[in-house]
Parts: sequence; C-alpha cells; structure tokens
Amino acid sequence: MMLIKVEGLKFSYNGAPAVAGAGFELMEKDLLAVMGPNGSGKSTLLRLISGFLEPSEGSAKLLDRDIHAYSKAELARLVAYVPSELYLPYDFSVFEIVLMGRSPRVPWWRDYSGADASRVHDALNEVGVPELRDRSINSLSSGERQLVLIAQALAQDPKVLLLDEPTSHLDINYKIQIFELLTRLASGGMGVIVVSHDLALMAAYAGKALILKKAGQLFYGPAKEGLSGVNIAAAYGINNPESVARLLNIAV
Amino acid sequence: MNKEMRKVLWLVPAVIAAAGLALFTGAVRAAGPEIIWGLRFPRILAAAVVGAGLGFSGAVFQGLLKNPLSDPYILGTSAGAMAGAVLCSAFGVARSSPFFYLIVFAGAFFATFLTYSLSKVKKRPSMAHLVLAGVAVSTFLTALIMLFMTLYREHSLSLIYFLLGGFFPADNSLLAVSGAIIIASVAGGVFLWRYLDIFSLGEEKAAYLGADPDKVRLVFFALASFATAAAVALAGTVGFVGLIVPHVLRIFFGPSHRRLLISSALGGALFLILADAVARAAAAPAEIPVGVITALFGAPFFIWLLRRTAGGDSAE
Repeated sequence: MMLIKVEGLKFSYNGAPAVAGAGFELMEKDLLAVMGPNGSGKSTLLRLISGFLEPSEGSAKLLDRDIHAYSKAELARLVAYVPSELYLPYDFSVFEIVLMGRSPRVPWWRDYSGADASRVHDALNEVGVPELRDRSINSLSSGERQLVLIAQALAQDPKVLLLDEPTSHLDINYKIQIFELLTRLASGGMGVIVVSHDLALMAAYAGKALILKKAGQLFYGPAKEGLSGVNIAAAYGINNPESVARLLNIAV
Repeated sequence: MNKEMRKVLWLVPAVIAAAGLALFTGAVRAAGPEIIWGLRFPRILAAAVVGAGLGFSGAVFQGLLKNPLSDPYILGTSAGAMAGAVLCSAFGVARSSPFFYLIVFAGAFFATFLTYSLSKVKKRPSMAHLVLAGVAVSTFLTALIMLFMTLYREHSLSLIYFLLGGFFPADNSLLAVSGAIIIASVAGGVFLWRYLDIFSLGEEKAAYLGADPDKVRLVFFALASFATAAAVALAGTVGFVGLIVPHVLRIFFGPSHRRLLISSALGGALFLILADAVARAAAAPAEIPVGVITALFGAPFFIWLLRRTAGGDSAE
C-alpha cells in the first residue's frame, strides 16, 4: 500500500530555496535512505512530510490525502518523527519519555491508561532496552538515548517512521543495532525514511534511495542502483567517483 | 494513587504546619486572638494564595517554554499585571470592581505574549533570548509605571508598596476572589498536565506528538496569566517564587507535571508563608516587604541557574 507520495515538492526559508523539487513514493515495508550534502534540504524534507512546515509548491500526500489536511493529532497517529538531537533540560524517566509517545492516542480530557503503560513496555522491548525503564533520560549513553527516542516514536503506533540522522553520534555497535531495528520495523509493515550520511550503512540496509543535491533531486529509485560512486560523487561535489566506490567496497 | 503522588500529599501537612508557626510569629510577642485571627490569619491565607499562584505559574512557564529560567517575574507577566493595576488606579477603577481583575489579567496576558513573540525573532531562539525579551518588556512596563507615579503623585504612596511586593491589610473579598481564580487555574493546569510534559521536549517535538502548539500555548499562557494576575492583585510583584519553587520540587518529585503543578502550588504556598513570617519578624517592629525577602533568595538562585544552564542548547 502506498503511504506517502511526494511530487515536485519545494520549500524556501525567506526566499532561499531549502528543498528545490523532490519527488518520491513510500510504500509499506520500504526503508528509504535520504542522502545529500549539507544544505540540500534533507531535514526540511522530513519536516515537510511530518506536517510541521507547509510546502511552497508541489504536493505531499499521506494515504492519498494532502498532509496539510490532517490535524496535528491525526498526523501524529500516522507519522512519528525522531529528531537528530533533542536537548532535554528536565530529567524525565525513560518510562515517562516513552509514555509521551502515547499522547496522540489519548483524548485531551483523559489521562494515560494501563493499556498505554503496557504499550510503553512493549515499545521498550521492541527496541531491546526494557531494562532502562526506570533510568533517567539524561543518565543514558547517546546510543541508549536514541533507542529510547525511537521507542517513544513506536509508542505512537505510526505507519510511517521518520528519522533525522539517528546514528550520527553513535559507535558502530549502536549504528548496526539501529539499522537492524529499522529493517525489522520495515519488514513488519512500517514505512521508514532515514536521513543519514552513513553511506556504508545506507548501502547495506536501505531498499530505496533518494539523493538530493543543492539545486534539486539527483536520484530516486532502488538503493542498489542509486548509491553508486558516480551519483554520490555528483551529489556531494566529490571530484573522483572512484574514491567513493573504494569507500563502499572497503565497508562491505 | 501511586507512591509518587502520595509523597506530594506530604506537602499539605507541611503547609498547615508552616501556617501554624506563622500564626505565632510577629512583632507582637503575646498577641491576643484579635491579632492572631483578625490580622495574621487572613495575611497567612493571602501568602498561601499568592505563593500557590506564583509557584504554579512558574512551573507552567518552565514546562511550556522548555526553559528553566522562566517565571512570571522574569517573563514580564507580573510587570504586565502591575501595569494593569496602575492603569486601574489612573482611571479610578476600584479593586473591588470586576473590571479590575479583567484589566490586570489583560496586562499579564499581553506582556507574556509580547515577551514570547520578541524572543521568537530569531528562527532558533536560545534560552537567553527569552530572558532578555522578558527584561526588555519588564523594564519598559516598569518605566511606564514610574512615569505614571511621577505624574500622579497622589497615587504614588499606595503604589510604591504595591511595587515592592507584600501583604497589606487587604479586604477579605479580594482574598476570596484571588483565591478562587488561583484554585481554578491550578485545577485547569492539573487537568491538562500531559501537554506540559510533551512541551518540555520543545514546541516542535510536541507538535509531532499531536499537540497544536498555538492552541496549547494560548491555554497555558491564559492559565498562568490568570494565576499571576490574581497574585499581583493581592500582593503586588513578589519575584522569584515561581522560579525557585518548581526547581526545588523537581528534585523531590521528578519533572513530570502530573506531580509538579500541584506540588509547585503547595510548595509556593509553603515558601511564601515562611518568607512572610520572616518579613514580619526579622526586623520587628519594622516590616520588610516580602518581595525583598524572596529577591534576596531568588536573585542568587537565578544566577546559579543561569551558569548551570549556560551550556544548554537552543530553546527548541
């Protein structure tokens, strides 16, 4: 089933184009890798799909309906977003953080229920860190913290999961753990979009790739085809495509 | 009711004990029932009501804005309420008139929004931006108040005590109205506590969790402005209660607003009852305005907090 369809999507911040035309489709069970140099609009693209920003041109549809026609709560029941960095001034417990993921599923006049608490339990199990339940969020390592924030997103029971550079500060152990988790979620039926600079991980795990460059889109299609030395070199402005290819070979 | 929530309830006997202690503290050593029940008791009630309103408002602002440096005094909410009160004085609106509360609330609400929108000039405002905007709004409003006091000298004396912050022989109907407004605001906030938890992750993340930021902000700014306006109407500007109290209570009860809102209201009452007892007894027979006592504690606390959070990220 088609989850998201994006056509000719454009967005600019105060006149400066941030997303200069993007188009792709996300189906159930897709793991879509979004790559591109800094400033090519990857994060902005996620914020457009999550409904936080409104496109200046083109369309973004979720389940055949314009993303901006959804209310915030409706959207949060379908799309979950894991930001790249989240500064937390207050020391919530892991349980409290994941429980907040239930927020869009609870009407405003009601409190969280026992069913919500057990969904938190399941979400922590799904990401493999049930033992962190009573720890405080700021006492965790960055890898554990990222897993907890993914658990929060899973507690929303979304159809689409968006992640902005989920592994950029993590060691290779957590990088693998997170990409295996995303693969598992995708094969369970979710549509997953990951923005990342981790070329080797994307090549190993992603099924589809969307490559953006400064002035627009360079490639959309199967990851095997798209994540080539030539494409990556062109998107990032690297002079020698062979050096990219060498990087990929060594990594694999 | 879980264990954590039962812990919060210990604040109730603590507040009652503090009130009992405060009843027998004051300039008159062997005070008779007239002084104790006629003067001290309503004053202690006023301290409790004002403390609860300010503690609650501080907890709301700190959560809603994801900013540990927020409180009604720093954000200019109190100055807005003061300006409203001074305006009433200028136009001869009596404190017993319902318009008095409406105008004071309007001042508080408008000043809060002004600070908020000034801090949003930059796309990614830092925590300091909000504080700076609050300082700008407060300073401007205070200047207007001073200007008014210079022009209308006949009102100045009553207003200067109001500006310093403290409890005066106010009439009981004022106490009842302010008390009712604060209880209603706290009840409203406690009912909607879940939204403050998700706003503690930042406005953007709260939106991804299904909250409409504009709507939620409007509701909580209104609740906190009502509580602050009711507190200011009773005691003028008493600073830093809303800053200190939620921070101390987070240490005991954790950051979740499920417990923080009600405990900040109770803790604010406790703190201000004690501060007022000190204000009455420390330099007896002279009386120190309670705002002076809270500022003596609050300003160093604010500096400590500023240093601690200086490394913090942007407000989003």
